[in-house]
Amino acid sequence: MSDTALRSATISVLVENESGVLARVIGLFSGRGYNIDNLTVAPVEQDGSKSRITLVTSGTAMVIEQIKAQLDRLVPVYKVLDLSDGPHLARELALIKVLGTGEKRAEALRLADAFRARVIDATTESFTFELTGATDKLDAFLELMRPLGLAEVSRTGVAAIARGTKTIT
Amino acid sequence: MDGMIAAPELMNSGAEAVLRALKAQDVDVIFGYPGGAVLPLYDALFQQTEIKHILVRHEQAAVHAAEGYARSTGKVGVVLVTSGPGATNAVTGLVDALMDSIPLVCLSGQVPTHLIGNDAFQEADTTGITRPATKHNYLVKKSDDLVRVMHEAFLVARTGRPGPVLVDLPKDILIAPAPYREPGNAPHRSYNPRTEPDPRRIEEAVAMLKRAERPVIYAGGGVINAGPEATRLLTEFTRLTGFPITNTLMGLGAFPASDPLFVGMLGMHGTYEANLAMHGCDVMLNIGARFDDRVTGRLNAFSPNSKKIHADIDPASINKSVMVDVAIIGDALAVLKALIAAWKKDSTQPNRAALAQWWGQIDVWRAKDSLRYTQPRDPGSIIKPQYAIEQLYKATRGRETFITTEVGQHQMWAAQYFKFEKPNRWMTSGGLGTMGYGLPAAMGAQVAHPDALVIDIAGEASILMNIQEMGTLAQYRLPVKVFILNNQYMGMVRQWQELLHGSRYSNSYSEALPDFVKLAESFHAVGLRAEKVEDLDRVIAEMLAVDKPVIADIWVDQKENVFPMIPSGAAHNEMLLGPEHKGASGPAVTNEGMALV
Repeated sequence: MSDTALRSATISVLVENESGVLARVIGLFSGRGYNIDNLTVAPVEQDGSKSRITLVTSGTAMVIEQIKAQLDRLVPVYKVLDLSDGPHLARELALIKVLGTGEKRAEALRLADAFRARVIDATTESFTFELTGATDKLDAFLELMRPLGLAEVSRTGVAAIARGTKTIT
Repeated sequence: MDGMIAAPELMNSGAEAVLRALKAQDVDVIFGYPGGAVLPLYDALFQQTEIKHILVRHEQAAVHAAEGYARSTGKVGVVLVTSGPGATNAVTGLVDALMDSIPLVCLSGQVPTHLIGNDAFQEADTTGITRPATKHNYLVKKSDDLVRVMHEAFLVARTGRPGPVLVDLPKDILIAPAPYREPGNAPHRSYNPRTEPDPRRIEEAVAMLKRAERPVIYAGGGVINAGPEATRLLTEFTRLTGFPITNTLMGLGAFPASDPLFVGMLGMHGTYEANLAMHGCDVMLNIGARFDDRVTGRLNAFSPNSKKIHADIDPASINKSVMVDVAIIGDALAVLKALIAAWKKDSTQPNRAALAQWWGQIDVWRAKDSLRYTQPRDPGSIIKPQYAIEQLYKATRGRETFITTEVGQHQMWAAQYFKFEKPNRWMTSGGLGTMGYGLPAAMGAQVAHPDALVIDIAGEASILMNIQEMGTLAQYRLPVKVFILNNQYMGMVRQWQELLHGSRYSNSYSEALPDFVKLAESFHAVGLRAEKVEDLDRVIAEMLAVDKPVIADIWVDQKENVFPMIPSGAAHNEMLLGPEHKGASGPAVTNEGMALV
């Protein structure tokens, strides 16, 4: 890979669940000019003591290595894992509201079925779909909904985990 | 920390618990300034004698003083400021310590927990403001956390790559009773910096070094941070190899300047031989330096034909701007121990013939004498700033001397002409470049070394940025010497304007300067002035003879520039040399270079 080629990386960060920890991570990215394409965070331990941040970022190989090293030296960070180093699963969830009547409405429902989106709310003039999948699947579905009355989207951002027996701990 | 076993002891107040934690962390002095939110701590300080408090005149100075204390002792410096403006005034010092990896703990007062977020009087979001200004910071919201956080702050400040840590202490937490526990030995939950290097990387490094034909060792402040034993081992290793060694601005004193293996400081104002050795080497060993832009010059032309070995305690410093061939993560002391052992164990004979040839080349560069200048001696001649530093150096040789500086031309001349044989004797704001650093830093060094000679080499512009600390010197009878190279210009700004902006000296003239002699006297200090070359030695002698704070106002040549100089955007082999070097012409500064700082 050339020095300037950009790549995308999905990075999991296990952090102490304390106040300000997300600000530290985000501040690191804004302060050093790194990209955040996508970010999710939630507690993952039963006692709520640790949170897992999943970041999707992009940059040159050198920048991605820097990002990992900079994250790793934050005091409340337990572990940094670059999931893009190996096979991994990444999913996000979207709630999608489509407004319309007649044939467009019917078409939206047919497509939703093909994408295995669930209808979680409906009126005679609207559907709200719930769709889970990889980012590109969600993007593709939204693209199809656009001419059919796409009105509103709420996405969770990416949750990711390594395939097989590999774990972050 | 996790592993604290002993049962807690309940202290009457959080303030008492804080002081006890400070004592357990071997703190004997703190630099601070009181205010409403920290009154409980000041009250507790009043009722004890073990910890001395130095009352500064501005919170920025408290932080620089703590830096001077830390850098001259190797201990953690401690600062105490109040909420709001007390904390915001400390920010410049915190960033300075962050950039130069100086271990500090800054305690800041905060409004009571129930008022946080209410825009209360003297409230600021101190942890928010200082998050990118510190290695780590804490807001203590529960009395139960107070002592753990205090001990943890010291652990984080002094281990790994050292740095400033801030602990924000709401007033109600300082008043309420709090449990006290001694610091434990258990590892931190999430913070465990690596200090021991990977032996395989050490072997690779030694194999590379043994085969080197044109090696150079490039050592920085990380070696000084690793302690005096690390600098001793750096000297041992360098002599074992016979390799040339250069130090960064932060690393001066890590290797004795008088040793013939020392080729001087490198970088923007480094020596000709140091920079050309870096440019022409085939193997570079970087220990505890970070390929700063002031060192590398134009990155794509930096040491183009060398294999690079980089040892650093901070993994984020490796491959940040310069890609290296061997990365060694570890503390400089552990790395040097391992390098020496591996060098002795590896039976490969180094290429002595090639090394001798390399030294022959370096000696040719050295013979250029890139720091040469001419001081006219006729009475009435104006003093050359370089000469002033050299005479100061000669007059202080043999004394236990600590030098601090402000930022600008005088700083570079001090780095070039004052020779450091030992670590922890040289304190300058390297990364942040903070004008106003030198006087308070000297104050901190003098507090730590009451009997030593402490000199702030200053410029007439920088010194005014924290001149109020003359009052602190008087109060505590700290006989700091302020040696001002007065050229009536912000000299480095003037130099850049001359070289890069068509000599348009926009706002760089020091108009309406005070009379520094009278200024010294008004602060109960001694004021001296040298206007001509014949005054210089007498003024230096008088300054050194007085056991009081002194300001020596040395009038120097206004037009003098710092050379050699690698202009912004240029490479090491494109140095500008001084007017002494006829026919030496450097590169024109490129448009890209103009945009660099």
